[in-house]
Amino acid sequence: MLAFQIMNGLTFAALLFVVASGFTLIFGLLRIVNLAHGALYLFGGYIGFTISKLTGSFLIGGIGAMLCVAIMGLLLDQGLLRFVRGFELRQVMLTLGVAFVLNDLALVMWGGDTFTVATPEWLQGAVVIGSLFYPKFRIFVLVVGILVFISLWLLINKTRLGALIRAGVDDLEMVEACGIDIRRVFLVTFMLGSALAGLGGMLGGTFLALYPSADAEILVFSLAVVIIGGRGSLVGAAIGSLLIGLLNTFGQVWFPQLAYFVIFGPMAVLLAFRPLGLFGKAA
Amino acid sequence: MSKIITDRRSFLKSTTAAAALVGMPAIVRAQGASRPIKIGLLAPLTGVIAAGGKELVEGFEMYWEQVGKKVGDRAVEIVIEDDASNPDTSLQKARRLVEQGNVDFLFGNILANTGLAVANYVKGTGTPYFIPVIAADDLTQRTRIPNVIRVAGYTASQTARPLADWAYKQGYRKVATISQDYTFGHEQCGGFAQMFTELGGKITQQFWHPLNTADFSPYLGQLANLGVDAVFAMETGADATRFIQQYASFGLKGRIPLMGAMNATDQSVIRTMSNEAEGIVSCAHFAEGSKEPATVKFVADYEKRYQKLPSIYGFSHYSGAMWVAEALKTIKGNVEDRPLFLKTVLATELKDSPLGKTVKLDAYGNPIYDVSIRKVEKRADGKLWNVPITSYPQVSQFWKYDPETYMKQPPYSRDFQGIKS
Repeated sequence: MLAFQIMNGLTFAALLFVVASGFTLIFGLLRIVNLAHGALYLFGGYIGFTISKLTGSFLIGGIGAMLCVAIMGLLLDQGLLRFVRGFELRQVMLTLGVAFVLNDLALVMWGGDTFTVATPEWLQGAVVIGSLFYPKFRIFVLVVGILVFISLWLLINKTRLGALIRAGVDDLEMVEACGIDIRRVFLVTFMLGSALAGLGGMLGGTFLALYPSADAEILVFSLAVVIIGGRGSLVGAAIGSLLIGLLNTFGQVWFPQLAYFVIFGPMAVLLAFRPLGLFGKAA
Repeated sequence: MSKIITDRRSFLKSTTAAAALVGMPAIVRAQGASRPIKIGLLAPLTGVIAAGGKELVEGFEMYWEQVGKKVGDRAVEIVIEDDASNPDTSLQKARRLVEQGNVDFLFGNILANTGLAVANYVKGTGTPYFIPVIAADDLTQRTRIPNVIRVAGYTASQTARPLADWAYKQGYRKVATISQDYTFGHEQCGGFAQMFTELGGKITQQFWHPLNTADFSPYLGQLANLGVDAVFAMETGADATRFIQQYASFGLKGRIPLMGAMNATDQSVIRTMSNEAEGIVSCAHFAEGSKEPATVKFVADYEKRYQKLPSIYGFSHYSGAMWVAEALKTIKGNVEDRPLFLKTVLATELKDSPLGKTVKLDAYGNPIYDVSIRKVEKRADGKLWNVPITSYPQVSQFWKYDPETYMKQPPYSRDFQGIKS
């Protein structure tokens, strides 16, 4: 029983990590609290749903969702956010507005019925380990979450782009002063973060379903993850996701009446002692 | 969306007109026949239940268009307002419809909190308000408002009781319930739990989860290990989709029979699903898979018009519109005489509804139905629908209890489920 609930917590955490890692990348480097991240997640899910339905392939659906949402991120960054660079409040308000517009757009395009992305055949059913009976798809989500973590960790710690991102998080002006075109790094990061939201939407659309306002729910979870983990920290996002995922699961089991408090109560306490989150650094 | 005229000149014009009407009632009656009957329809066209809101409007409009948008020789004008799935917005729009739009009566809403906000408001104005979907028990029980009538609607606990009876007859003795943690859930579960335990069954455990629970796996793990004969799930909207889907993916489908409160397997939920929803048993007064000729015709008409099977929202507003129209026909469109209008609606027996059977309201303004136990099955073309497997005739909101005695017990809540041990 305990193993079963731990698996539930871990698989939910994996999904949260995929979504929140994109969020924290953008937040850390561009200093944008992208409140449209949830809407990008929702679009990723809807686009993935449509493509996988048309092609019959989950994989193509996933890739399509990531590509399309990355392009949406590109348009958002270059078409809108570029004009308010440096004004934090305006950026937040702008992304909030975009979130509303996208949400309504989704309602017009797909209607308000609840959709689930079809699980591919090879991921249907369950694996039985001892007395534990666990759906294959959720294990798949966990594996994807771990793969995303490893790839992002390698990207950030072992590549030139990663070095630029890290440098940008620490001291933006210095990077620019070194003659690096930071705007291109911004753009790539924004697209990468958006693509992760798209991937999250595809995965979430399979077991959490897609419907109007799903974006706000995942956004709240992502915000909590990033606040706990600290701005721009990959490890922070991973730890934050694990905490929220497990708290969410065990909160529902042990204190069902307090399901939401169990998540946000500890978050408030943590913030009182570490206002920048577990791994956050002062800007 | 709003068709209300809000510029100052026409506002002046309409207020002056209203003032004149108050001063000269004789003229009002004389002009009555020529002025269209104005209906204010409140529907959540945005927000969490936007899909249901759209179907509500579709059902309502389908009826009025079929009858040429008139009652007798009086034209009918429908003003649609978006309540945004939000009680504040709903109240504000209701006020606007009544005070500026001068509608004759209000119709609609889906979410209980939006409906209660409007009900509280019309308590003061006396505007007739019809609620085919707002199911809060007490609106036609302990805190009844005379001008709020549930035409073609239902109380939350009403249809859950026959399901409990059916479950007991299947030999189920131990049942666990899982429900959304709000009034509608408390009431549907309460109806089931009270009935089932009075028959001698046992409610092993009740789970209450917040609305919009993303992940049901923690609950499913516990449900699987309770050793119950069946599970009763009260879910709506996206929660219903997720619950049913996760119930299947965790292998509970086929192992523990799943029963749903009526909204759990509504078309608005199962329309986008496949195998995972098949076989779930639920209970409602409407079943789109019924062989009743009137139902078959309604479903075919609806499907032709909107390319989908009707949900409870579309059905209820179609029938609700028909109900009020019948009453208006009886009083020759004299909607201005409110006491007469309300009395006539209460006395109207609906004969031609898609249910195919005559439906009456009880003395408290809630319909008495033949209720179907329904099973989700696949139609020949692969679409899922609810097919009746058996029926309970003449089920009232009070089941077989005496209304006065029944209303002495507290309303259902998380703490009071009427469980007899």
